[in-house]
Amino acid sequence: MLITTTKGEMDDSLFEKREGTIDNDNELTTWVEYWEGDELVHRSAHVTLKKMPNFVGGDIASF
Amino acid sequence: MGELLTATHNFGASPTRAGSTADTFKALLVLASGTVNAGQTNVGTPGTGTPTTSNIGTSEVSGTNYTAGGITVTNATAPTATNSSSTAGVAYWTSSASLVYGTSGLPVTLSTAFDTVVIYNNTQGGKTVSVHTFGSQTITAGIFTLTMPSNTTTTALLRLATT
Repeated sequence: MLITTTKGEMDDSLFEKREGTIDNDNELTTWVEYWEGDELVHRSAHVTLKKMPNFVGGDIASF
Repeated sequence: MGELLTATHNFGASPTRAGSTADTFKALLVLASGTVNAGQTNVGTPGTGTPTTSNIGTSEVSGTNYTAGGITVTNATAPTATNSSSTAGVAYWTSSASLVYGTSGLPVTLSTAFDTVVIYNNTQGGKTVSVHTFGSQTITAGIFTLTMPSNTTTTALLRLATT
């Protein structure tokens, strides 16, 4: 599969793929990285917010 | 109560509205080292100037294929209002699509960590709607997608409630 990297579109088989997830009360986040040796050539992330954050003085923002 | 989200009622001095159509809202990203909070009243001139509560300024991210001021928020779903009793109800709204920075053909590179998105009213001179934080991120030749909470009475992005 072709992926976009700092070196242009390349086949993902050329790189080491690393993935991760963050899941807490605020968000579900997934990310994917492709590495060439010690060089990061691609990183994408998807953050899904679960709720509106609470602010001091209420849970509304300024309009 | 849903009419409050469509500016039908005015309880104070308000800006002059140019028309009756929905405003255009945008979303910009803020550096983890930036200064922004719920007291941010206006985004000012994103990317330029000293950050204040009326100007995001240099607190905004910058990078390849990222445009200062961010991206337009998809607003295809009108605010909804529901009543659970004769006095209690909720009016709510959430953007109708994820915020997506970059494409496969035009990936973004945001090398400096960011952890906040600011949604603002581009039609009304950049007045801030809301500020949302998340775990710090960077993007390298990739795509950053931000999906908002589900559009329900308890999780929607904006909610007005009476009890």
